[in-house]
Amino acid sequence: MLSTLASMLPATLAAPLAGGGGGPVDDGPVAAAIKHAANWLTEPTRYSVASILALIGVLYFRRFFAKVWVVTAFFVFSTAFFVFAFQDPNFNSIITKPDNVPIIILFATVVFFSWLSLRRAVINDERTKRGEPTLEGELAKQKVFTWPDLVYSELICIVLFTAAMLVWSILITAPIEEPAATARTPNPSKAPWYFLGLQELLVYFDPWIAGVILPSFIIVGLCAIPYIDTNPKGNGYYTFEERPFAISFFWVGFLLFWVSFVILGTFLRGPNWSFFGPFEYWDLHKLEPMVNVDLATWVWVDMLDKPRPIDPFVREAPGIVLMVGYFLVLPPLLGKTVMRKMVADMGMIRFNVFMHLFLWFVLIPIKMGLRWTVNLKYFIGMPEYFFNV
Amino acid sequence: MQKLFKYVRESQIWKSVFRHGYPDTPRNRTLAVLSNVFLHLHPVKVRRSGIRLSYTWCMGGLTFFLFLILTLTGLLLMFYYRPTADRAYEDIFALREHVPIGVMREMHRWGAHLMVISVWLHMYRVFLTGSYKPPREFNWNVGVILLVLTLLLSFTGYLLPWDQLAVWAITVGTNMARATPLLGHEGPLASALSFGGIDFIHAGDDVRFGLLAGRFVGEGALLRFYVLHCVGFPLIAATLMAVHFWRVRKDGGISGPL
Ligand code: HEM
Repeated sequence: MLSTLASMLPATLAAPLAGGGGGPVDDGPVAAAIKHAANWLTEPTRYSVASILALIGVLYFRRFFAKVWVVTAFFVFSTAFFVFAFQDPNFNSIITKPDNVPIIILFATVVFFSWLSLRRAVINDERTKRGEPTLEGELAKQKVFTWPDLVYSELICIVLFTAAMLVWSILITAPIEEPAATARTPNPSKAPWYFLGLQELLVYFDPWIAGVILPSFIIVGLCAIPYIDTNPKGNGYYTFEERPFAISFFWVGFLLFWVSFVILGTFLRGPNWSFFGPFEYWDLHKLEPMVNVDLATWVWVDMLDKPRPIDPFVREAPGIVLMVGYFLVLPPLLGKTVMRKMVADMGMIRFNVFMHLFLWFVLIPIKMGLRWTVNLKYFIGMPEYFFNV
Repeated sequence: MQKLFKYVRESQIWKSVFRHGYPDTPRNRTLAVLSNVFLHLHPVKVRRSGIRLSYTWCMGGLTFFLFLILTLTGLLLMFYYRPTADRAYEDIFALREHVPIGVMREMHRWGAHLMVISVWLHMYRVFLTGSYKPPREFNWNVGVILLVLTLLLSFTGYLLPWDQLAVWAITVGTNMARATPLLGHEGPLASALSFGGIDFIHAGDDVRFGLLAGRFVGEGALLRFYVLHCVGFPLIAATLMAVHFWRVRKDGGISGPL
């Protein structure tokens, strides 16, 4: 299937392609150390924490990261790593799946465009400080005819793009697996790649939240953005300093919880949705211990030294109180105190809609953090009613 | 040669199609855009800032172009594909075995992946340039629906090859619907809809059953997804795209600093 592609690569690169991959590998000490480090770093807890730190770092030191050589160095480094990793049969067998090529494209384009937008934002913010018009502002005064200026650039884009698509389609054949068999469940069973971010959240939430509530709120939340964001600045040009909260929020939501989780789900989740480092063999029998505990067990058994009550509503009272407090008491409390100015700016309705969407969003990292640190399973666990939070 | 061009351009046929001279004067350039139903989705003049690649990334345009490629290649695939449980897999398989240098299936599959990526990047760009702010709030919302439709198009298409990958990805995806509050048989509060010991919501009538036309991904689901993929969603998407482009124009063209 990949033979056409393999024949175009240097012999060292192509060798593992023919092999099919899997199993332990003999490496030199340096290569083994790099692989070990990569496997260690990509473990979901570290992966997520490192991504958050990286995001904050990039935004904070944006003047540095907006430089051309920085992004160039990043891509050179990534390519070098890729070439190195390519020779590992385990890494190779996931990366070279034809359907995973788009994920690589996703990664490269998202990094590139994030950098581009950051660069233009940094330049614009400096210009604004000096009292000069933005990059866009300078050009916006001039108007050009659609024909030929726009029509021709569109045409050139179309031709180049079609050519690229054709080459890709000739080089890599679309895969087809075994015929459908409802009796044989493949392991892992994965949703289409663009939903893997949501599938990743299934580790932390039950399907009714990860698969129904959160997607609905993402759609509603996206629709609500123009009506919630009352900041009139930053319309029609790149900027960071004029809308720091909006940009950071979208970066966290889109880059971290969406794109990076798609990548995690594609490359680092194997059989039983267990975690596998990029250089690890996808072993069917790898089991991750399940040691998670409900909030109710903590409160009743550990703190009060009693058995778990039978009545689910009594048993789950601590979680229910917590959630009611979080969703119903916290917003008005914040609105009356620290966020008073926000309420005044936005009005009651906007503020409440925003707060509820925002609290759902924040619940994700909160639950993840609690899972990693204290093995929390559910705040409210009522399997009797399929109601687990 | 010159004479030939002139002759063609002055013939009655040419003139019946193009009602303006060669677009090298402002008047003719205006007419070239205004008198063409496709081009007139564009305004006659655009801000120079708005057509810079470094500003728009051309992602909206690319998404639209991918939609066109997918429509074309999809149409060709429809000639060869029969959406039944015993034919679907064979037909796709035969496409590879019997068509030399066939690229239609590849173009369709890689194009579909790319369209998902380009629509995300387009949304990302629109957000980062604050282009959803007044007066473009409504068009952002049209965009969100287009985003959902793009994902639905891709999702329904995922099932059609009818191989293990397809069936199980759709199984995993639609399993979520079981957990819909109230309406899924494993969802919170579904048991509240039971009266006198009779469940109103069970595996045979919940939302998942409605999506799949059955309790599991079977022939009913295949037909349902096929019809939505080839007719339903493309029609809705095309209509909304027309609205989307029209509104880009009516809202003052590609956004720029005021
Ligand atoms: C099938 C999907 C879509 C297609 C074909 C499409 C196409 C386009 C095109 C061609 C433009 C012109 C400017 C550009 O290329 O950037 C545009 C602008 C715009 N799009 Fe989309 N779009 C789609 C989805 C979306 C989505 C998902 C959103 C947001 C959630 C969105 C919001 C907007 C807005 C607000 C504008 C105006 C931007 C400005 O004036 O700068 N669109 N769209």
